Amino acid sequence: MTSLIGRNLLAGAEPDPAGDAGHRDHPPRMGFFTDTSVCIGCKACEVACKEWNAVPEDGLELTGMSYDNTQGLSADTWRHVAFIEQRKPVGNAEAGERGDLRWLMASDVCKHCTHAACLDVCPTGALFRTEFGTVVVQEDVCNGCGYCVPACPYGVIDQRKEDGRVWKCTLCYDRIGAGQEPACAKACPTDSIQYGPLDELRERAAARVETLHEIGVDDARLYGDDPDDGVGGDGAFFLLLDEPEVYGLPPDPVVTTRDLPAMWRHAGVAAAALLGGLAAVFAAHGRTGGRR
Amino acid sequence: MSTSDVTKQGIRGERPGRDARVGAGLRRRKRRGERPMVPDAEFTSYYGKPIINRPTWEARDIAGYFFLGGLAGAGSVLAAGAHFTGRPAAARALKISSTVAVAGSAAALIHDLGRPERFYNMLRVLRPTSPMSVGSWLLGAYGPAAGAAAVLDVTGLFPRLGRSATVGAALLGPALATYTAVLAANTAVPAWHDGYREMPFVFAGSALVAASGLALAAAPPAETAPVRTAALLGTAVETAAMTLMERRLGMVAEPYKKGRAGRLLRAAKVLSVAGAVGGAALGGRSRTAAVASGAALLAASACTRFGVFYAGLASADDPKYTVVPQRERMFSRRAPGSGEEGD
Ligand code: SF4
Ligand code: SF4
Repeated sequence: MTSLIGRNLLAGAEPDPAGDAGHRDHPPRMGFFTDTSVCIGCKACEVACKEWNAVPEDGLELTGMSYDNTQGLSADTWRHVAFIEQRKPVGNAEAGERGDLRWLMASDVCKHCTHAACLDVCPTGALFRTEFGTVVVQEDVCNGCGYCVPACPYGVIDQRKEDGRVWKCTLCYDRIGAGQEPACAKACPTDSIQYGPLDELRERAAARVETLHEIGVDDARLYGDDPDDGVGGDGAFFLLLDEPEVYGLPPDPVVTTRDLPAMWRHAGVAAAALLGGLAAVFAAHGRTGGRR
Repeated sequence: MSTSDVTKQGIRGERPGRDARVGAGLRRRKRRGERPMVPDAEFTSYYGKPIINRPTWEARDIAGYFFLGGLAGAGSVLAAGAHFTGRPAAARALKISSTVAVAGSAAALIHDLGRPERFYNMLRVLRPTSPMSVGSWLLGAYGPAAGAAAVLDVTGLFPRLGRSATVGAALLGPALATYTAVLAANTAVPAWHDGYREMPFVFAGSALVAASGLALAAAPPAETAPVRTAALLGTAVETAAMTLMERRLGMVAEPYKKGRAGRLLRAAKVLSVAGAVGGAALGGRSRTAAVASGAALLAASACTRFGVFYAGLASADDPKYTVVPQRERMFSRRAPGSGEEGD
């Protein structure tokens, strides 16, 4: 066992999350690269995910949010395609007669964070790190305490009310264990969703941004690819064409447990002050009969 | 690829979309030199949808749990103080209230679970990164100590053991009263997380307000002099910590001032000051005044806990509390001359 000291167990870059979770001889870390520049908004990923994972229906509403009627990730939506309509051209593309309308489409998913807040705060151990470096809920252990829900900085994991437990993307743990790619990546007709070893995906993504910049799409940028970001990098990262918050993503997420040592310290001081303060109060008042 | 390899899944090795020259356009326009680095002054969101998920917790259960945990925890410290300074009636009342409160808080916690029948999974692991896990174990140690202290006091059996239980509960009590602040702060909820430095002091003060209120109402005035001082102390600590927290939070303090949370927290302030000052002035003379002050203090503590709880929900529901501070953080990190941000 290597020592824990000097290892970034709560925040910062961490090259081997699966190894640190105790997996020996594990496969490489697997993940998703979602290149939103080629997404056509067909929602094949949403459908394939529901079908494969038997995720229940989550309301059939017409929201008026462009073509987005799923609204966001939830216990019953593990892939969510966002639709954004903007008055801006894409790169150097010619504007049509009606002006510069562009459509951004992006398939969102659980980020399988290097430092996953959901996993850190789970009191039952239901959430765990797999040998692929992904984050999965064990549905036979979760007691629905709900702590992971507000802990996730991306608003991914949620409780299924009728069921009481929480649910989210498993990166198709069953499929990847059998050497198959996840259902969404398999179904994606444009290869907007790419599955593979994270190292390889990061290289591919960097090359893709380069290409886009070369042809004039200046606002192309990667999101979640940096191992030094607030969550130690995402296992599922993205190429976006605008600021993250436009897609409903936090611009600079930080795993809450990064500050946990400081939180415990403050609570410790407060607890000691409570004890010490009251000891002083009783000492000042002395035994009964001393004062009124 | 020279030959295509057609399979049922399509063409193997073919990656149709991956290299699409999206946005290449017909003619090359001159590439703009600078990529935009300065954040838009305007705040944007995805159709106003929240970024983080709202806690699934029920206010009655979890804010109630914060209140009861504080009442129990600080109560055990006061009980020990009263016990060892010859104030037996106050000590007994506090030991009983702590036991009832801790039982109630465990019940609230279990009631809030999506699968209450699996509550025992809380003790499946001990995970220091999960305040809820640490808290479950703490509750498991504190509960029996507080219970034993109360039962042995009431029955008069095994006085030695009773003293040890009283001391044990008094040592664990402050942890129970303050760890709940870490429980709330260790989330992505902006109004909770960003207040992590002051929140334990708000909670410690509020716990003291509740427990001294109970003692003031339940014990004979002859025994409550230290409790009346404690109420003043609790009120002062809570008010000061809350003020500091709001100042540090900047725009994220808004949810503490507006709406339901704002009303509750203002009520808490009025009630705690009235209870503490009223108790100090009249609580030693008039039993009625003592009971009224005690009730005001208990109500104040409950208002604080519910107020903090609702402020958290409001800050989770509005994406601006997530986006704007993060943007500012990124901007100050990038701005030339500013060093690495501290935390
Ligand atoms: S995105 Fe949220 S749910 Fe997914 S691993 Fe990270 S913290 Fe957990
Ligand atoms: S709801 Fe389930 S998965 Fe989430 S923290 Fe609680 S026990 Fe863990």
